[in-house]
Amino acid sequence: MSEMKKIKNLKEFSTSADRFEGANLLCPGCAHSIIVREVLNATNDDLVLSASTGCLEVCTAVYPYTSWDASWIHIGFENGSTAVAGAEAMHKALKNKGRLKQPERNPKFISFAGDGASYDIGFQWISGCMERGHNIMHVVLDNEVYANTGGQRSSSTPIGGSNTTTPAGRVSYGEKRNKKDMVAIMASHGIPYSAQVAPNKWKDMVKKIQHGMAVDGPVFINAVSPCTTEWKFDPKDTMMLTDLSTDSLVFPLYEIIDGHELNITYRPKNVVPVEEYLAAQGRFKHLFKDEYKYLIKEWQERVDANWAYLNRREEARV
Amino acid sequence: MAFDKMELRDIEVWDGNFAAAQALRQCQIDVVAAYPITPSTPIVEGYAKFLADGYVEGEFVMVESEHAAMSGCIGAAAAGGRVATATSSQGFALMVETLYQASGMRLPIVLNVVNRALAAPLNVNGDHSDMYLGRDSGWIQLDAYCPQDAYDLNFIAFRVSEDHDVRLPCMVHQDGFMTSHTAQGVKTLTDDEGYNFVGDFKPMNDMLDFEHPVTHGVQTEEDWHFEHKARQHNDLMTKVMPKIQAAFDDFEKLSGRKYNIVENYDMDDADVAVVCMGTSVETAREVATEMRAKGIKAGVVGIRVIRPFPFMQIAEALKGVKAVATLDRSAPGGTVGMLFNEIAGCLYNLDTRPMLSGKIYGLGGRDLTKKHLVDLYTELQANVDAGKITTPLQQFIGVRGPKLSFL
Repeated sequence: MSEMKKIKNLKEFSTSADRFEGANLLCPGCAHSIIVREVLNATNDDLVLSASTGCLEVCTAVYPYTSWDASWIHIGFENGSTAVAGAEAMHKALKNKGRLKQPERNPKFISFAGDGASYDIGFQWISGCMERGHNIMHVVLDNEVYANTGGQRSSSTPIGGSNTTTPAGRVSYGEKRNKKDMVAIMASHGIPYSAQVAPNKWKDMVKKIQHGMAVDGPVFINAVSPCTTEWKFDPKDTMMLTDLSTDSLVFPLYEIIDGHELNITYRPKNVVPVEEYLAAQGRFKHLFKDEYKYLIKEWQERVDANWAYLNRREEARV
Repeated sequence: MAFDKMELRDIEVWDGNFAAAQALRQCQIDVVAAYPITPSTPIVEGYAKFLADGYVEGEFVMVESEHAAMSGCIGAAAAGGRVATATSSQGFALMVETLYQASGMRLPIVLNVVNRALAAPLNVNGDHSDMYLGRDSGWIQLDAYCPQDAYDLNFIAFRVSEDHDVRLPCMVHQDGFMTSHTAQGVKTLTDDEGYNFVGDFKPMNDMLDFEHPVTHGVQTEEDWHFEHKARQHNDLMTKVMPKIQAAFDDFEKLSGRKYNIVENYDMDDADVAVVCMGTSVETAREVATEMRAKGIKAGVVGIRVIRPFPFMQIAEALKGVKAVATLDRSAPGGTVGMLFNEIAGCLYNLDTRPMLSGKIYGLGGRDLTKKHLVDLYTELQANVDAGKITTPLQQFIGVRGPKLSFL
């Protein structure tokens, strides 16, 4: 039987045993490590983990050290999902053949990858894993940029962000396209569970991760991961930024069950204007020039429209 | 869950693909992750049918690309079990990134490569371009000349690859269509003989041993990367060949079929020799016998183990020969053929060394005929008689249009 952790409060959470060590090379204020801890802390079960090439991978398994006190594999940039899918297939095979060393264990298979490794280069691999019904969970650490290689745009990068390959300049406001809706795309595979989570809402996150671990079949999780380096904010403000992302509804928290049943899981008491979210980050600084202020208005309209859409989806129960 | 054994006749009529599929069945693979591509597809189709009919037990994952096929194989192998797949040509090319990852992570995986040309222009027929593309990837590479070899070498591959002193992935090559789709008599092992030859899979550093968590696929920069690669190369160069030889010896005891690291044919007193791979070896052997009837002392060196390359054994085989031609079935892309390079490396430091010339042939499935080989041996003998190479160092065999020769 699966063993889910029961954690009542943050103090209990922060002192709970860790299978992802604090000894790693991630930037101070990086949200990745917070998300990973929250995911792993949702269960006491054994873990088979993968990381795609990216910040998390290069900062946590530099030979001869490892930050992982659990089985862990990295192959390449695009194929972390398929790595755990292969391991999951082997687990199934050995279980059927009676060759598991610890047959009573109930391991969880989880792949972590950035938005570049998920929305872009690893898209096909993840789609394949979702379609084939592997009993795995894919978690995107979505910082909306190729942070590991120095801030290039990905297909998760939002409009108006200044990045190293779509920089704002004399005649450009930076990224011209909005991010693609990866949660919807993955839900369209008809998978049992997909959700968007944020590290500040850790109870919501743990609930969703535990839901995902309990279902039979592939699970997709998109986690907002504010990047102090590329979003350009003070490392001490990571949680403040995460609060702004969820409370402005730029990152609404919701889940989609069986590919269609949408539930909004967090409704901010006081919705923060998107402008405040943008103003807190250096990557959007140029939008506050007079000639680009219309983009801030468009941002707000887009976020409002998306929130209205999510609400209609929830209400329709389809 | 259980599976049924299959009763095989002593000799079955199988093509190379089905022979390989039968070998995989008898080795009882735990996970096959695969993607279809001509001409290797029937291997995984055969395996799928065995699964559907209850003759194998395990997971068969039909993934969405060859890159994912090898990625899944890597994850499965790291989890700790017997893993195999098959591919060809463009699929192999797509896999290349993961080939290096598989060998660098020291994972025993058997990959059947049914050799086929690489586009452009697109071509489904057999040549060795894909095989050559994998030659620096850190895998063991074994070469089958016929369906019987394709069957037998799979057992050798698992035995060597999974050995805890080796722990390196292994390719079994066969020529697209010429071997893969040509039915011949194949002498079989019983299911028990086949399985017992490779033995039970013994996991090492397996991710599914939760008492001993492992980290696979770490980051190393200039501080450790070189040592990792050097150690891997050292094991390929020093540990693999004795294991292959031991596996060949055991296999001969089991089956009566003898394989050699270098397959010498009439080489003891040969004046002229060709070095080649795949189905061309049999053609060359036939022609060599005919040349001997005409008074030309002809021999053939067939490469059985492509990686690690058998430098010493080849130098030994060729040291007394007067003229040698290498037959490369891959466009050399602006240099000499791979075999020419390797053989030159084998011979250069010998006190006396044969004259060496390189031939490019058979691209995209173009036939290599006996006439081509008669002409080749005749040319080599002419060089011997003249005491020097009288023809260009690199020539193309069997290409239409103006005769192509270089160097």
